[in-house]
Amino acid sequence: MATVKVKRPKLHWYEHLYLPAILKGLIITLKHAMESLRGKAQGGKSLATSGLGVTMQYPEQKWDDQLPDYYRGVPALVTDEQKRERCVSCQLCEFICPPKAITITPGEIQSEDPWAKVEKAPQKFDIDMIRCIYCGMCEEVCPEQAIFLRQDYAMTGTTRGEMVNDKKRLYEIGGIREGLVNKWNELK
Amino acid sequence: MDLAFIIASAIKIFGFTFLVVLPLVAYSTYAERRVSAVLQDRVGPNRVGIPTTLFGFKKDLKFFGLIQPLADGIKGLLKEDFTPAHVRKSFYWMAPAFTAAPAFISLCVVPFGSAVTIFGYEVKMVIADIGVGPLFIFAIASLSVYGITLAGWASNSKYPFFGGVRSCAQMISYEIALGLSLIPVLLFFGKLNLSDIVAYQASNGWLLLPLWNESGTLIHEGYWQNSSQQWLLLLPMGISFFVFTTSIFAETNRMPFDLPECETELVGGYHTEYSSMKFALFFMGEYAAMIVGSALIVTVFFGGWSLGFGLDSSLLQTAEGNWKWYAGFIHMGAFLAKTVAFIIFFIWVRWTVPRFRYDQLMKLGWVVFFELALFNIFLAALIMAAPHIGILNTFLFGLPALIIIALLMFFITKANEIKRKAKVT
Amino acid sequence: MADSAPATAEKLPKDLAAEKGLVNVQVDGTWVQVPAGTRMIEVCKIAEKEVPHYCYHTKLSSPGNCRMCLVQMGMPNRPPPGESPHYEDDGYQQISWMPRPVIACANTVTENMGIRTTGELVEECRNGVMEFLLINHPLDCPICDQAGECSLQEFSVEHGRGSSRFEEMKVKKPKNVEIGPRIRLDDERCIMCSRCIRFMDEVADDPVLGFIDRGTHTTLTVHPGRRLDNNYSLNTADICPVGALTSNDFRFQMRVWFLKETKSIDVNCGTGCNTVIWTRGNEVFRITPRENNEVNSSWMPDSHRLNFHYLHAETRLGDPFVKIGSKHEISDWPGAIAKTAEELSRFKGEEIAVIGSGRMTNEELYLLRRLADTLETDLLSLVPRVGESDGKLISADRNPNTSGAKLIWASRNPYAKLESIRQGVVTGKIKALIVFYEDLLGDAQFKADDLANLDFLVSNHILTNKTAKASDVVLPGAGFAEKRGSLVNITGRLQRLNQAISPPPGAMDDWEILRDLVKALSPDEPSRYLLEEVFGEIADEVEEFEDLTLSKISDLGIPIVETGESIPLLESEKARITAGEIVG
Repeated sequence: MATVKVKRPKLHWYEHLYLPAILKGLIITLKHAMESLRGKAQGGKSLATSGLGVTMQYPEQKWDDQLPDYYRGVPALVTDEQKRERCVSCQLCEFICPPKAITITPGEIQSEDPWAKVEKAPQKFDIDMIRCIYCGMCEEVCPEQAIFLRQDYAMTGTTRGEMVNDKKRLYEIGGIREGLVNKWNELK
Repeated sequence: MDLAFIIASAIKIFGFTFLVVLPLVAYSTYAERRVSAVLQDRVGPNRVGIPTTLFGFKKDLKFFGLIQPLADGIKGLLKEDFTPAHVRKSFYWMAPAFTAAPAFISLCVVPFGSAVTIFGYEVKMVIADIGVGPLFIFAIASLSVYGITLAGWASNSKYPFFGGVRSCAQMISYEIALGLSLIPVLLFFGKLNLSDIVAYQASNGWLLLPLWNESGTLIHEGYWQNSSQQWLLLLPMGISFFVFTTSIFAETNRMPFDLPECETELVGGYHTEYSSMKFALFFMGEYAAMIVGSALIVTVFFGGWSLGFGLDSSLLQTAEGNWKWYAGFIHMGAFLAKTVAFIIFFIWVRWTVPRFRYDQLMKLGWVVFFELALFNIFLAALIMAAPHIGILNTFLFGLPALIIIALLMFFITKANEIKRKAKVT
Repeated sequence: MADSAPATAEKLPKDLAAEKGLVNVQVDGTWVQVPAGTRMIEVCKIAEKEVPHYCYHTKLSSPGNCRMCLVQMGMPNRPPPGESPHYEDDGYQQISWMPRPVIACANTVTENMGIRTTGELVEECRNGVMEFLLINHPLDCPICDQAGECSLQEFSVEHGRGSSRFEEMKVKKPKNVEIGPRIRLDDERCIMCSRCIRFMDEVADDPVLGFIDRGTHTTLTVHPGRRLDNNYSLNTADICPVGALTSNDFRFQMRVWFLKETKSIDVNCGTGCNTVIWTRGNEVFRITPRENNEVNSSWMPDSHRLNFHYLHAETRLGDPFVKIGSKHEISDWPGAIAKTAEELSRFKGEEIAVIGSGRMTNEELYLLRRLADTLETDLLSLVPRVGESDGKLISADRNPNTSGAKLIWASRNPYAKLESIRQGVVTGKIKALIVFYEDLLGDAQFKADDLANLDFLVSNHILTNKTAKASDVVLPGAGFAEKRGSLVNITGRLQRLNQAISPPPGAMDDWEILRDLVKALSPDEPSRYLLEEVFGEIADEVEEFEDLTLSKISDLGIPIVETGESIPLLESEKARITAGEIVG
């Protein structure tokens, strides 16, 4: 271990009393208190908040129009314009998922299916939204462009079971996404 | 002991504890959150109201979130009361009560109003009018350290244990400064009955604001009647106030001295293993202790229930010098207002000053406050004795003795410090 | 190794090596001594230098057709005629490097040879080979079962390009072909290493695989009219470096990177093939062979490796049962053990018989004998299970621990008393029967009516069966992947069974059941807390186990007794090594 010698500033005797500094601190907090009581809290205006402090009064005020493009909300599975489910259950998202929120049961596509050549699709695909930390690793790792983080953030439920998004629900949230790379078409 | 006294006492106990102090405890938690929010440009709890929409009304009543403490209480009672398997059960269960009870008990000697006459019977607005008020408070309030230490030990888990040990050490250290800092005040008043102390301040001006006398005029004589040098007493009294208030911060485990529950180091401190109402009891005890501390400061230094500024005599007294019938209630209001002001001051300090390091805390207690309070006693005694022993004796013997004492204490602490440094290197 | 001592003072390195029958070879600048005639790829392995390869396999011949193992080779300068070779200060001749690479898998080394496994030439060659291999390779990794253990993936990380330069259409080949009951073929993924063809030809003696067509259209296929249904066919999926051959059983079950590997052994026959059990959570997903040149080489029969699904069967016993009246009621373990002990103490020694199983571990067999001793009965037997040897890895004795039982019970034939027990049950002489791990109506050939003669029957099973249904007390046990222990195979090799998953919550490890039963019957028995303690008792008692502990048994086992038996597959492998066909 390297030893770092920190040089402490030399204090005057009146600074050593600390009382002036404490007093200064009390005045600063008082100033803030006065400002926020008068509805002029710092940053209140720029964030379009309630005025009383920087806090946004959530159900009445919403952030939707200010959401950045890169906002990471609920992860969901998508289908492409050919109505093909993109996911082939390679389980890389399950592997990378830091809180282990994703559980996939892989399955085989039946031979009568028009996309039988893809061979593999998830039988079950559960994302436990109680566990999910919205890190977006699944989206990043997906080799099939099948999972995306949506901009939804109000994910609620009254039971643990309700908070698990199953495959059907994931496709509902994800919907159809166009313009993805299509590597499973006939040409190679 | 007659029946009237028993009934009056019962009403006082019930009314003061359940109608005043417990709601005050509840609302000081609300105030803590609201004031801290305001200090930090936030909003704080502003939602919990009466859900009238449940009963078919169009709008909920919000009351600025004033129902929050009620919701907290209900939550505390309804949450699972979890007792971990590894704790010492009996002590674990006793500890919260040990923390909360002393704070409430010590309130019984604090006078919260002047006497009220009802049906020709004079009732003193103090639950127990005993002659050793401050001593009783010190004795009982320091019992709460048992609760915290027990909680830490009974939890059978290392961080609560550290919290308990820290709390124990801290309370013992600051109790000394607390007691010593009050001695100059008691020297001045010459009595230990808190009711009498307040009554004296009501008629002669507050201890720290001795600017008016009984008749409401600015005083030239009377309060500091012996000689004009007695104005010097404001200095030791000021020091007393400073040391006393700071020590109360430490005694109540509040920021900047809340090391027993220092989250960054100790998870949650002594109450890490507690949940639901048992946890809430610790909180209640802490806030009750804060209320006791505020009440004590108000009682001793700021005239207790008196309105001050000569208003007591001019507004509330009859020509014969008796209190008017409503005076007792106005005094209660005044006392409550002063106490609340101090509670808000406590909160303000908490959200301004950062936490001490533990060694700094100990050094401050033992090296600075202990010495300062000790020196303060001699200073106050000398100033008080000066008129009796004469100017010459004061300057020939008193002042040199004081200086020697001061130097002695200064060098003892310095020597201590040098030794410590030598050991480190 | 390199030595800076001047050659003039001492003997030359080549002479020093020759005394030991070795030659000096320089690998990436470091000199190593290896036997003459060793393949370059093996020398690189000895020198701890990695040479990427696909077609080379130590147990198979080397056709050298993947070209991935290209290295640069150098030979000593040949002196002009009439001159003696010149030795440098370090005693070696100067090496002249060849301008073109050679394949390391098929060339052997000679004195003073040099090998470079790195360098611009080698890297460029590998990158080129890699690019060629990937030209027609589909982008299948997300759906390919081999992903995660695929050599093509691994080496393309090191030597591949980020993108393809190939603009033409990829060649299309048959995908998802069922070439056998247990194997599926994806020809697009195949890199034509021919390992599977050589395996079926050389090891399985069932050459049904082969290439058809030429050039870029070369396709692996099965002989017309034939199927890849050999009992060793799944080994081809193991050795396939890519995902061309995959197991139907494991198909799309789980990605390999989730699986935990536990080294264990096979318990389906006396050979005791070394295995790896692949699990995730509390589920076994597959079992693959593990190399042990004294037991199973690198191979394993399909029938044995697929025989694990019963561990997760629905008929698995999850709780101890006690028969009250004519119905089985779920009991708790102390209750079931106490009930058994209480019932057994009603009988005299000669009225009780104990039947164990050759599938039990040494520790369990030892405790079973203790149980019989405690009950003062000498009616103690195993149930024989004899099949036919397949001339490779499956032995005629289908019990994995017959040799162990012989040692632990100090008995020449641990199966001897089964017939007399059967008779005793029929005549009613035996009134109480303890059965471990065996279905009496199965291999033990009892009749259902006989069991009705018994006053008390206690049995231990994994799955529910007719014996369990007839039992008064049923004690659910643990399967082979759920317990630890040691077994002795037919050649007398002590091997260790390791725990990969835990038994169902209500079931118990068999040795613990036996321990509790013995303790309940005879409180004077020592308290045993660890399996190691039981093994210690065996070591104290049985000569062959002396000085051994469970942890001293290495992953490859140790021979403890001579049985005179041998494993046919190893014999033929030895013959091929001697003939120089393979490295072994």
